[in-house]
Amino acid sequence: MPAVLPVSSSAEVFVSGKLRRFGPPLLLISPSLILVGVFIYGLMGQNLWMSMTDNHSAAQANGREPISVVGLENYIGLFATEAFRHSMANLLLFTAAFLIGAMVMGFLWAWLLERPLPGGRFFQTVYLFPMAISFVASGVVWRWLLNSNQGDSASGLNRLFQMVGLDFLQNPWWNNITFGILAIALPAVWQLSGYVMALFLAGFRGVPDELREAARMDGATELQMYRLVIFPQLTPVVMSALVIIAHMSLKSFDLIMSISKPANYQTKVPAVDMFLFKSSYDYANSAAVGTILLAVVAVLIVPYLIHQYRESRR
Amino acid sequence: MRRRNFLYLTSGTLAAVGLVACGGSDGSGGGDGGGDSVEVFTWWAAGSEKAGLDALVEVFVEQHPDIEFVNGAVAGGAGSAAKDMLQSRLQAGDPPDTFQAHAGAELNDYIDAGQIVDVSDIYDELGLREAFPESLLERLTADGAIYSVPSNIHRSNVVWGSAAVLTDAGIDPATPPASVDEFLEQLDTLAAAGVTPLSVGAAWTQVNLLEAILMADLGAAGYNGLFDGSTGWDSAEVTTALTHFETMIGHTNTDRDGLDWPDATQQLIDGTAAYNVMGDWAVAAFDEAGLAPQEGYVYFELPGADKIFGFLADSFTLPEGAPNPEGTKAWLDTISSPDGQLAFNLAKGSIPARTDVDTAEFPEYQQTAVTSFAEDEICSSIAHGAATSVGWLNAISDATSQFTAGATDLAAYQQALTDIAAENQA
Repeated sequence: MPAVLPVSSSAEVFVSGKLRRFGPPLLLISPSLILVGVFIYGLMGQNLWMSMTDNHSAAQANGREPISVVGLENYIGLFATEAFRHSMANLLLFTAAFLIGAMVMGFLWAWLLERPLPGGRFFQTVYLFPMAISFVASGVVWRWLLNSNQGDSASGLNRLFQMVGLDFLQNPWWNNITFGILAIALPAVWQLSGYVMALFLAGFRGVPDELREAARMDGATELQMYRLVIFPQLTPVVMSALVIIAHMSLKSFDLIMSISKPANYQTKVPAVDMFLFKSSYDYANSAAVGTILLAVVAVLIVPYLIHQYRESRR
Repeated sequence: MRRRNFLYLTSGTLAAVGLVACGGSDGSGGGDGGGDSVEVFTWWAAGSEKAGLDALVEVFVEQHPDIEFVNGAVAGGAGSAAKDMLQSRLQAGDPPDTFQAHAGAELNDYIDAGQIVDVSDIYDELGLREAFPESLLERLTADGAIYSVPSNIHRSNVVWGSAAVLTDAGIDPATPPASVDEFLEQLDTLAAAGVTPLSVGAAWTQVNLLEAILMADLGAAGYNGLFDGSTGWDSAEVTTALTHFETMIGHTNTDRDGLDWPDATQQLIDGTAAYNVMGDWAVAAFDEAGLAPQEGYVYFELPGADKIFGFLADSFTLPEGAPNPEGTKAWLDTISSPDGQLAFNLAKGSIPARTDVDTAEFPEYQQTAVTSFAEDEICSSIAHGAATSVGWLNAISDATSQFTAGATDLAAYQQALTDIAAENQA
């Protein structure tokens, strides 16, 4: 037993003291540390390495032909193709539309439902419900709604526009080459706005009534009260909503796959490219697209985490 | 001290359990393998495909009562879900006893990766070299070895027409157009009559249409040369075919990219579209809708230089490291036997690969396919993996989608197809 051994020097006392303080907790979290290390960071590293090799065929993936390291060649090759740049542009457009749409709709609903209206609870549930549906299931229905036929053979929303006399609103939805991806942001906004609403509602509830009363006592108008008293306190909520929606948007795959098809050029995004490369046994390019996606998400998440860390230290 | 020991103990156990749990998952992906069973991996999980598999299993149980059949069918995505799962299982060294794959170039990746083995000796043992036609054996052989046994053959280049819609537009459904130009003229007439002249679905069905027009315009020798390099993808003949393709796409339904093939054939059944180019599995859809051949629907091949049979076949393999190769051999025996091929193809709507199966029982359309397969020139399908590897096909699909969506013009499309061919022919 280490405890009964004679202590010989001060350095050892220091080490064993440290060990006593940090050893048991470290040991306790070591299983998760090891698992996270191997299965998340280890595999991320593996992915990064794969993306810098010329592993483009089934034979190489199975060790029948040699693999060599080619550095950043795959990344350069990807960005050199018009198709991948189109995917990145689609991702950007989709994220912008999804983010702005969900934040604005979520905030509006929360703002309306915050006051005690008759049936308010009912509508909270109604707006939150779409989130309970899987993207794949709602995607199938939205595929029918967003049918691109116009005129006599129109169906879905285009048909609805005809029926209410708004024929000029008919459009090819996601079949437009440049902006088609925005049509797919529509169901995404529909599904996630309720969630943003719930976040904002919680944020509003977190503002103590005394503060509102004090503002009113001081003669603040409703607008001033929101602008100067309530909004500043909602910053953490806005930050979490932004990060959650944005990272969901960047990783969007299932919704796009169930509305469109993987090979459709109009709705290509990097996640779909990654899937297609993988199914063509082009593991190197697949890994490169994965790494690019990780980097894009990191650009968003890392500042947020740093911010959170500083907040908690304060 | 007590408490600390407890902590050591629990954390140690947790780590061990965690590692075991993670390590234990490989090697038990599906089917127990070994013993006297055979795990057959397919994407035949619904409709006529499922009916075909069931019929095949019936014959198998009769022929090999001592071997248990384990159904490894994976549903979803017209086979893409199954292929995805198969890819991971093969990579992890956990192959099924046999799996379904399109015969032809689609097998190249498995061959290059050393994941399937040569079954030539099974061919000799079962006398299959005599049973299958020479032209088919040629298509199955790669570098002197044969890697799969075909269970059935489908035809990809069939034009289906709705007799009612054609008659309404003043076109006689009984006489098919004599040339591509006449076919394109008919499309104009149909467009003027206010119906969709040609229905099509998402990218792969567009590739199916592309290969049909390539076969018609280039002829058998020209078309087959596209894959060994003797016909250039940048040649003037291909430009002509692509121009025809562009015209045809211009006459299709605008919601094509959201549809799969059954939606496209349904438009003929509903009377909103006149023609559809699709493989001969579509015949089941017309039959189910209660339409009679000739009166309700017509079919012909896209007219061209030669009479061509657009070929694709389902086949079964012997994976490297299969748990029970004896079971695999029994399965291959059943699917290649006259009884097995008859039962399976009657139910699935395809035609037998063997030449000695009595086809008198087959319905009208399949009879014509049998005759055509025996007499016409044979060209391998692009859209169904017979002519090109998976990577090549995916690249063609991408370029085609880019073109039909309107993002590239004809010249850029042809250049893309040429570049893709150069990359993949090496």
